[in-house]
Amino acid sequence: MAFMVLVLAACGREDLSTLNPQGPVAEEQFGLMKLAISIMLIVIVVVFAISIYVIIRFRRRPGDKTIPKQVEGSHKLEIIWTVIPIILLIILGVPTVQSVFNLSKDYTKDPEAVQVIVTSHQYWWEFEYPDYGIKTAQELIIPTGKTISIQAKSADVLHSFWIPSLAGKIDTNPGANVNTMYFSAPKEGVYLGKCAELCGPSHGLMDFKVKSVDESSFDRWVAAIQEPVALPSDPAVAAAFESKCLSCHAVGDKGGPAYPNLTGIGSRESVGGILVNTDDPKYDNEGSVYDNLYRWIENPDEVKPGNQMGKIDLTEQELEGIAKYLSELKLNYEQ
Amino acid sequence: MSAHSHAEGHLPHEPEKATLEGRNKVLGFWLFLGGETVLFGTLFSAFLALRHQVLDGPPAHELFSLPLVAIATALLLTSSLTSVFAVHAMHTHRVKALINWLIITVVLGLGFLGLEIYEFYHYVHEGHGFTTSAFSSSFYTLVGFHGAHVAFGILWISLLIVQLMKKGLTVVTAPKAYVASMYWHFIDVVWVFIFTVVYLMGKVV
Amino acid sequence: MAHAHTHQVKRYSGIMDWLTTVDHKKIGILYLIAGGFFFLVGGLEALLIRIQLWKPMNDFVSADTFNELLTMHGTTMIFLAAMPMLFALMNAVVPLQIGARDVAFPFVNSLGFWTFLFGGVLLNVSWFTGGAPDAGWTAYAPLAGTTYSGDHGVDYYVLGLQIAGIGTLIGGINFLVTIINMRAPGMTFMRMPLFTWTAFITSALILFAFPALTVGLAALMFDRLFDANFFDPSGGGNAVLWEHIFWIFGHPEVYILILPAFGVISEVISTFSRKRLFGYSSMVFATILIGFLGFMVWAHHMFTTGLGPVANALFSIATMLIAVPTGIKIFNWLFTMWGGSIKFTTANLFAVGFVPTFVMGGVTGVMLAAAPADFQYHDSYFVVAHFHYVIVGGLILGIFAGLHYWWPKMFGRMLNEGLGKLTFWTFFTGFHLTFFIQHFLGLLGMPRRIWTYLDGLGFNEMNMISTVGAVLMGLGTIFFLLNVVVSSFKPKNAPADPWEDGRTLEWTIPSPPPEYNFAQTPLVRGYDAYWKEKMDGHSGMTPAEPIGPIHMPSPSILPFFMGLGLFIAGFGFMYAPDWGDLFAGFKSGYAVGIVGLLIVFLCMFLRSVYDDHGFHIEEEEILRDKGGKA
Repeated sequence: MAFMVLVLAACGREDLSTLNPQGPVAEEQFGLMKLAISIMLIVIVVVFAISIYVIIRFRRRPGDKTIPKQVEGSHKLEIIWTVIPIILLIILGVPTVQSVFNLSKDYTKDPEAVQVIVTSHQYWWEFEYPDYGIKTAQELIIPTGKTISIQAKSADVLHSFWIPSLAGKIDTNPGANVNTMYFSAPKEGVYLGKCAELCGPSHGLMDFKVKSVDESSFDRWVAAIQEPVALPSDPAVAAAFESKCLSCHAVGDKGGPAYPNLTGIGSRESVGGILVNTDDPKYDNEGSVYDNLYRWIENPDEVKPGNQMGKIDLTEQELEGIAKYLSELKLNYEQ
Repeated sequence: MSAHSHAEGHLPHEPEKATLEGRNKVLGFWLFLGGETVLFGTLFSAFLALRHQVLDGPPAHELFSLPLVAIATALLLTSSLTSVFAVHAMHTHRVKALINWLIITVVLGLGFLGLEIYEFYHYVHEGHGFTTSAFSSSFYTLVGFHGAHVAFGILWISLLIVQLMKKGLTVVTAPKAYVASMYWHFIDVVWVFIFTVVYLMGKVV
Repeated sequence: MAHAHTHQVKRYSGIMDWLTTVDHKKIGILYLIAGGFFFLVGGLEALLIRIQLWKPMNDFVSADTFNELLTMHGTTMIFLAAMPMLFALMNAVVPLQIGARDVAFPFVNSLGFWTFLFGGVLLNVSWFTGGAPDAGWTAYAPLAGTTYSGDHGVDYYVLGLQIAGIGTLIGGINFLVTIINMRAPGMTFMRMPLFTWTAFITSALILFAFPALTVGLAALMFDRLFDANFFDPSGGGNAVLWEHIFWIFGHPEVYILILPAFGVISEVISTFSRKRLFGYSSMVFATILIGFLGFMVWAHHMFTTGLGPVANALFSIATMLIAVPTGIKIFNWLFTMWGGSIKFTTANLFAVGFVPTFVMGGVTGVMLAAAPADFQYHDSYFVVAHFHYVIVGGLILGIFAGLHYWWPKMFGRMLNEGLGKLTFWTFFTGFHLTFFIQHFLGLLGMPRRIWTYLDGLGFNEMNMISTVGAVLMGLGTIFFLLNVVVSSFKPKNAPADPWEDGRTLEWTIPSPPPEYNFAQTPLVRGYDAYWKEKMDGHSGMTPAEPIGPIHMPSPSILPFFMGLGLFIAGFGFMYAPDWGDLFAGFKSGYAVGIVGLLIVFLCMFLRSVYDDHGFHIEEEEILRDKGGKA
């Protein structure tokens, strides 16, 4: 049984699997899962053993006309299989209740914690750091080891904020109904986040990333994202960018706040949450930053059906220029 | 088969329970009212969850006029009493009295319904429309569901009165009159809760 | 009995017989045909879902279509396939098991069927009118509101389910009254077969759960059609309120589905073990307890909604408690087989296969009950695996067991055992192949209800295995259909007690039973009434009455028209915003809706005004039947 648990623990990607927890919150949840799985394996083994024994031992032989003894029941046995499950449930119930209260701790007033307001949209994630007055999208940058205190809400329909390898999920509700949770990532790395509540056609594509960096890098990132950003050098591209992109999006101190903030998009892990940026593309959804941006801007609906951006009317030259400009919008905060 | 053996013969003291069909009907109706309780319970829960969301509309304590509602309450409570008299008349086999009490019940019910329609009309003019806020939507849905029950009850009992006039009191009509009276009591009880939860609690905020 | 001859009632034949029947056995068959049809539709939707997911980044169906498929698959399977097939078994069997000639309200029984059918048809019409509902079978607001689901899909969901729900509710009341009032002499509550007990508790759950859905659907309908503000945050509404209302109905619904399957398994295992059900009283007690607890645990579907630690802790513990009565049942089944003489007919294969399968669904249920761990499982494929283990591994295996077991009683023909066993092994293997692996998909981070998944996440192989399993389940279903077709060409020669080990009253009368079921109401002398007589050396039941004319209710077409009226009304109200005005300020859609409702009220009026005197089946006919079949 312990072996089974070990096998389970070895499964799955480090950045995605709940069975391979990378932070204390997921660790605690995994602990409870292991306890539950162990108890349940005992139950299953017992039931399967009795089933198999009974099926083989008491099968009817051909021509058998005997009438078995008609047993009404057995108080002793019935008490046994009432009491033992109750004991097993107490073993599981006590740590469950402890953990429920432990995981509901409120860090929203804790000055040591990094405060993040998560707002979900169809189909992207907005991350606001109220203490620093900054907003970003799709990629949550966090300092390693610090407690991250999340206040989650939705701008439209229900979504659910889930980073399987770091912490279980919390729903994002519309209206003034704000949910809180916390987590931390002791190790540097990029962790995959997912939307876990049906929110429309692109629900399955509403991924995000959590990137854990050391504290000094995080401080540099906070500073870098607030710096002003220059417009594209080519005036034609700049004009198109200003009129067709900045009406919704923001870069640096310019543009509208309504749709994903693009500051530093060139150094993000992905475009649109799911087009993974890599110089060594292996899969359909991978490509260089430039290729991904080009692909996204050319027809966002192709990548995420039903998203709000829609096809933007751009000339080929503007499209290339904007993709190139955005791919070069990098924040150099990692050493 | 017993449905017929009593039809023209001597009626027992409780004619609604004389036949298996009658007993089934009464039991089935009790169960139906159990389901109705859950229905109104859910409507009450929704109203309680939403009653402070008044938005731009008038809040409950400004809107409600208790004297009007009190009169409506009195009408409905009295009609419940008259339906008790009707069932009592049925048990003593006085068909005429049964019909008369039912007519009074219907008239009182109509009075209640008239007041409720006037009340709704008045509220809409105060800016408390169905779509104004979550409070207004849940208010009209809860009170309206009740009002619809009253309206249905009035139609139903009226039809029963006609049937009783034509067919007289038999083991077929008796269970109908009996369950109609059960239904009417139920509506009355629901109204007592509405009066308390919606109107009185609305007044005290 | 002079009246018997004065009311001549036409006894229809052919299609009119099926449209007007109030006979519980025929209504049972109607439920089976309709439920079976919707099961195939839902199954087809499931296969399309699995084909879409068989490889990463697939575009076999579009994202929109995928959401329609998953919504309609869930809604169809729960409301239009599983429930009607249970009602089929309940209708076919419960009156026979308690020694009754019919249900308490034959007319209402027929009305329940026709409203369910028209509701189900209305829901499925959406495929042909520009888009099925796509907000999930849970229809969470605000996604299900007009802002985010602007087309008519969710309207079909709201109205179709509302109409089908009426049918279910009155069906539930009907069974409650039948079981309370119509039992044969000597059939005390604690002598009732367990299937009847579970039908009884399920009906009680229907009675107390469905009105909550009625209100929820009405509120969502008001939001959508009349701009009310129940669930719309911008109007002060509350999206979480919908979740509460939905699950206050939705969780008991799970037990509504599974309890009758428990009943079937109890009957089948006991019969084919030639042994009395082990711990009958504790089985009854466990059933009642599960039904009761079923109303206390709805918020375990909402652990991640943000209800706070106190609610989460309480609902965690309450949910875990359900494992205790369920465990009692499992061990009682195992010990019914212990010491028995187990014959592995197809019916029993399904029943025996059910036990370990359901345990697997049960234990994952307890795992899900631990709220902090549920934060990880919730809305992942782990949950998909869990509830399919409970619903397919529990309920559908139970229905298959019941169908193979009672088929000869319902139709007078035996199903082919060879084909039956082929059905079992393909379906059973396919089922485990499809869903076992999905536990791991969820744990590895795959959310549920996703249209597609990226390559390289480690999901590919498992999804492919799951799809292969789904195809096998489809094959199993085809084998079953084949069996039905093949057997329908066989002679109608099933004996009254075809399994030879029948224990309950339904096996004392011909297969299929005559219209009036029991020529003479039997006198019940103990639990397992027929078995007791057999053991005492009697060939049949002791009659409780002499042979005499039997009063039967008249057939009626009114239920059909009431269903039709609701169907028309649903259409009218739904399309009122599109169809324009009939005259100034009055939409023609409303006119159509009102016409539909008037049809319903007219039928109610007719039903109330014209007394149904029924008719009598005369002694000669009964004696003729007895002579012919005994």
